[in-house]
Amino acid sequence: MTPLLKVENISKFYGRRIGCKDVNFDLYPGEVMGIVGESGSGKSTLLNCLAGFLTPETGEVLFEMRDGAMRDTVTMSEPERRMLSRTDWAFVHQHARDGLRMNVSAGGNVGERLMAVGARHYGNIREEAIDWLGRVEINETRVDDRPTQFSGGMQQRLQIARNLVTGPRLVFMDEPTGGLDVSVQARLLDLLRGLVREMGLSAIIVTHDLAVVRLLADRLMVMKDGHVVETGLTDQVLDDPQHAYTQLLVSSVLQV
Amino acid sequence: MSDYNFAYLDEQTKRMIRRAILKGLAIPGYQVPFASREMPMPYGWGTGGVQVSAATLTPDDTLKVIDQGADDTTNAVSIRKFFEKTAGVQATEETAQASVIQTRHRIPEEDLREDQILVYQVPIPEPLRFLEPSEVETRKMHSLEEYGLMHVKLYEDIAKHGAIATSYAYPVKVEGRYVMDPSPIPKFDNPKMEMAAIQLFGAGREQRIYALPPYCQVVSLDFEDYPFEASKADHACDMCGATNSYLDEVIMDDAGNRMFVCSDTDFCTSRRKAGHMGAQAAAASAALKETAA
Amino acid sequence: MIEIKDLSKTFTLHNQGSVVIPVMEAAELSVAQGECVALTGASGAGKSTLMRMIYGNYLAAGGSIVVDGVDVVTAEPRDILALRREVLGYVSQFLRVVPRVPTLDVVAEPLLSVGADTEAARDRARDLLARLNIPERLWSLSPTSFSGGEQQRVNIARGFAHTYPAMLLDEPTASLDAANRETVLGLIEEAKARGAAIIGIFHDEAARDRVCDREIDVSVFTPGMAA
Repeated sequence: MTPLLKVENISKFYGRRIGCKDVNFDLYPGEVMGIVGESGSGKSTLLNCLAGFLTPETGEVLFEMRDGAMRDTVTMSEPERRMLSRTDWAFVHQHARDGLRMNVSAGGNVGERLMAVGARHYGNIREEAIDWLGRVEINETRVDDRPTQFSGGMQQRLQIARNLVTGPRLVFMDEPTGGLDVSVQARLLDLLRGLVREMGLSAIIVTHDLAVVRLLADRLMVMKDGHVVETGLTDQVLDDPQHAYTQLLVSSVLQV
Repeated sequence: MSDYNFAYLDEQTKRMIRRAILKGLAIPGYQVPFASREMPMPYGWGTGGVQVSAATLTPDDTLKVIDQGADDTTNAVSIRKFFEKTAGVQATEETAQASVIQTRHRIPEEDLREDQILVYQVPIPEPLRFLEPSEVETRKMHSLEEYGLMHVKLYEDIAKHGAIATSYAYPVKVEGRYVMDPSPIPKFDNPKMEMAAIQLFGAGREQRIYALPPYCQVVSLDFEDYPFEASKADHACDMCGATNSYLDEVIMDDAGNRMFVCSDTDFCTSRRKAGHMGAQAAAASAALKETAA
Repeated sequence: MIEIKDLSKTFTLHNQGSVVIPVMEAAELSVAQGECVALTGASGAGKSTLMRMIYGNYLAAGGSIVVDGVDVVTAEPRDILALRREVLGYVSQFLRVVPRVPTLDVVAEPLLSVGADTEAARDRARDLLARLNIPERLWSLSPTSFSGGEQQRVNIARGFAHTYPAMLLDEPTASLDAANRETVLGLIEEAKARGAAIIGIFHDEAARDRVCDREIDVSVFTPGMAA
């Protein structure tokens, strides 16, 4: 099996400050990679470099396109990358408002990506939007409501529906449960788990919450000060941490 | 002889505007930025159209100016007088006689010819503006032909109103490439945009010029199951009886009586001169004679 | 099926003065298909540690652990994930519950992961839950609110849903009454009969004697205690 994503020597600097340095990993289809670290660890910088929002100073991000060819998305032309981000890739933002159009109805939000790739039949677009809203547990009666009328958890679920409607193969998530109530988080994580499994998605999830990675991620990378200090299977890194920082992180988590 | 340079603007400015116009004609529907000048009228009063007309006029031209189809509104009259004074050109109210027609928010009913130029006054040139406030982003969307958002707007209309509710400034796709705002003309006028004349669009406040060369392909956006309809009031003109022109609805009195009249005044007048009479023509001219007396 | 050679493990506690604790040295173990081997030794001797190392949950310091041809010590993460999905099952002492997922789906999940048909997977789950005396009215509820014993039985049902060729069982009969213990031992015997290689930790001597063919005392692998 060939990897879906090959990340090679990604480094990003802000002047002399290190954003992230020498990050390397492969991601295979169906795998979920968690990236954890505290504030300033470089995890968000890394995610943004991988998703094409920031340009790294060095390195390549090779993605397996639908025709099987591995293309470096860092040097890809902008139109191509934008097309990729509307079809094969998805990005779930921490704040739903960054990932939704707040003045467009829920149905319009979900249908946008379909219309962006050429869907021109209103009835079909609406039907697919309603179907997806159902899959993220938003009642179809809300299809014409604006996201401003939704709770935080619903907005986040809408964002997920909007992203997944074109059947992407790789999903980037930045603190997907950040800022949500604990019970809402549980529901969202559950939903994500189910969708990842059902759709055979690969995902890269950045979070500071170890419980989230325990639940969602197969593999884990721990970052500190821009460097990857440890990587391995999630349960192994959390249960048998090798690096000093990982041990500190794990032992700091309060048990309920 | 006036103290103004021909058509008010200096030659360098007119040259700059003409370059923008040429570029616009070469890339139909593409918004060309231009350095909009200070004009003796405030923004929002047609400065873009006036600058385009000024750059286009030659001493031999005959100018017609209409405002929502009428030659006799204050603004149409003011602009016409402005060019009579600064350019010394002939002015006319007859569409067929004009070589340059400046219009606010309407296309004349009469078919235009290859030797005519139609200049539109445009408030907001960017069709995506209301959904995407960032200029940087909309420019990218145009350059990458990312127009999904436009259909989102139409989707929203159908979801909210059961039909595409946009009744004016209805977005069009030009030559299969650029999506354009045709200016706030009623959607009834959209099909007319495939015409023999040159069409120039000027937005003074927003500093953009765009253009359609003759016989350009202009398609109104729609959905397969909700196709575009060039609709108008289901009525004939009460003055001249025309059934195929865009109508203004005029409230006659406090009792709710109303009249439907051709918005294109020259069209209506020509028809009446030719003997066509609408349902209320007799009553209307009597009322007019009364007020005049 | 399971072949362990020269396995060693140390813990380095960086946040406690970087103290290095060697807990295992030169461990050797071999389990054939159809065999059940018990790990014995005093509490803290390393039974669970060894089991977790076989599963890839703990890293080894040296040596090899070959399960169905895959050396867990050196394998790529995706290969270990595939191994855990298809070959190697692990019934731990604790059920890690995902909130909101019904018991039936918790038990059916391992089968769904290997691509089984949804209804067939659920049927198997129903079968196991019934055998382990989990009342049907609980099947649509999440196990979060169950008693310890009930959770353990759900855990076991989940562990036996898929016919793993190799299984690791950590105290499978703990906190079970006689009837359920009997059921679990029956499940183990069935697994053995179909050729599974099993490693188990049983504090219950009777259970151990019943299903296990051999015993390995892991304390011989503790550094400084080798005979």
